[in-house]
Amino acid sequence: MEAAPVNVTKSAPLAAVGSFLGKYGLILVLLVMPVAFGIDDLRTDGNLTALGQNLVAGLSNGAIWALVAVGYTLVYGIIELINFAHGDVFMIGSFVAFGLYGVFGLTVATGALGLAVGLFAVLLVTMFATGSLNVLIERVGYRPLRGAPKLAPLITAVGFSFLLQNVGLLWLGGSQAGVPNLIDQAKVVFTVAGVDITRGDILALAATAPLVYLATTFIRKSRLDKAMRATAQDPEAARLMGINVDTTISLTFLLGGVLAGAAGLIYALYQTTVWFFQGFTAGLIAFTAAVMGGIGNLKGAVLGGLIIGCIQQISDNRVGQEWTPVIVFAYLILIMVFKPSGLLGEETREAG
Amino acid sequence: MAMLEVSDIHTFYGNIEALKGISLEVEEGEVVTLIGSNGAGKSTTLRSISGLSPPREGSIRFKGQEIGETPPQDIVRLGISQSPEGRKCFQRMTVRENLDLGAYMRKDDYENDMTRVFDLFPRLKEREKQKAGTMSGGEQQMLAIGRALMAQPELLLLDEPSMGLAPILVERIYETVAEINKQGTTILLVEQNANYALEVSSRGYVLETGAVALTDASSKLRENPDVQAAYLGGG
Repeated sequence: MEAAPVNVTKSAPLAAVGSFLGKYGLILVLLVMPVAFGIDDLRTDGNLTALGQNLVAGLSNGAIWALVAVGYTLVYGIIELINFAHGDVFMIGSFVAFGLYGVFGLTVATGALGLAVGLFAVLLVTMFATGSLNVLIERVGYRPLRGAPKLAPLITAVGFSFLLQNVGLLWLGGSQAGVPNLIDQAKVVFTVAGVDITRGDILALAATAPLVYLATTFIRKSRLDKAMRATAQDPEAARLMGINVDTTISLTFLLGGVLAGAAGLIYALYQTTVWFFQGFTAGLIAFTAAVMGGIGNLKGAVLGGLIIGCIQQISDNRVGQEWTPVIVFAYLILIMVFKPSGLLGEETREAG
Repeated sequence: MAMLEVSDIHTFYGNIEALKGISLEVEEGEVVTLIGSNGAGKSTTLRSISGLSPPREGSIRFKGQEIGETPPQDIVRLGISQSPEGRKCFQRMTVRENLDLGAYMRKDDYENDMTRVFDLFPRLKEREKQKAGTMSGGEQQMLAIGRALMAQPELLLLDEPSMGLAPILVERIYETVAEINKQGTTILLVEQNANYALEVSSRGYVLETGAVALTDASSKLRENPDVQAAYLGGG
């Protein structure tokens, strides 16, 4: 009789700590690096300029990862496939954009208006190309395996990844290819509290925000969100509701491919180099971002992309580039420990 | 011309012939029931009609139009909706979201039908914001029927609405089925437990191993000694 209440009082604080960690643990873990280096900055410089500079660059890079991550998360959310080829679709996007510079005659000498119109055209054509490519991959590679065990399309995805990488290798060779720095991306446009904002930063964020907005609006207005959720939960019941499951899946791949293409162009403009292997790294990072945000959740993927961009920048500049992959994937492991469903993921995803 | 005319359909799962030439008719306004034991082809017949398992041979005509090769998402637009085997509610969605999906293909305002479903199944109104996966089997059955009604069907296909329910709930479900029919919806019903099904329907078909063994008025089937022995608990 007496033991029970003692037990309760003993374990209550522990349980409270447990639930606190469950809820906020991930956020605490994510805050460790910026807070630590922020304090460091304040001690040595007396201001937060260096950290601010890291975060701005991090958000710009993260915007690219966010666009790629959306494609992972949408596809996983509907057919529970980790589409390993997605990073390579992004790489093809960069290559197509680079090729189109020549087609449209865009050089560093092109005037501002010509550049704006030209780049917009490059963006549209690139998005069309990668969107179609992604739809084609689904049609040829994954749809015939719709009823097969999940491992089959997964291996097909790895196969498509190799295939696209080799296309890239044949296209531009095995080394990094320099891309004309059309927008003079490192030029500082303005400075806020000592933090330089470059053209590249503005481009990355100004292109990503409307694209994500358009994508989410399209998904909602076309009721694709409903169709996607229904298809994910029970494809057969979805068909009985009047949902065309094949079209819904194709549209999902189209949307993912279109955003990966846009990311490819932004990457080419921002990094000013492209190579056949960029999709592999980008794919891993974007997939980590999607998992961090809560796989299947579009907003989570964007959030995860931005956060990972920041982690990478802080790590690159403060810890050392050779440590960045270690830190990024250590974060992935910590996420899985503290909140397996990710930042914005449904708690009960696997319950159904 | 009957509303639904199924003639000599053969449906396969892989190489297994599940339906070996089934023919049946449903007149407008009727309740027709298919009875038979496990594996007789009852569910497969409904799946063939709604397009989920299209027949390899034979024809299915709905209001004179051939629908044997029409995909399910188009069949529901023609006016046939189904409460499928195993209910297949969207588990991680709320009751209202499930009902909304039932009306997915409708462009008009369907709030009236939502009210109608809630009138037929007051329990669903109480659980409106609850996730389907957290509800009991009986509640999910109501939801599956309600969801099928949201499509405003002329012909409603019900697959084993009494499956796994307590006897008192079975009675309630069948009262509701009769009510839905009275409100003007034609119903084709599949049941293993044939007592209620034959009570609520006007005609019945007895299926055995993928073929129609017997067809008659439901009242006659209930008096048939063979049917009694096989499907009415020995009567």
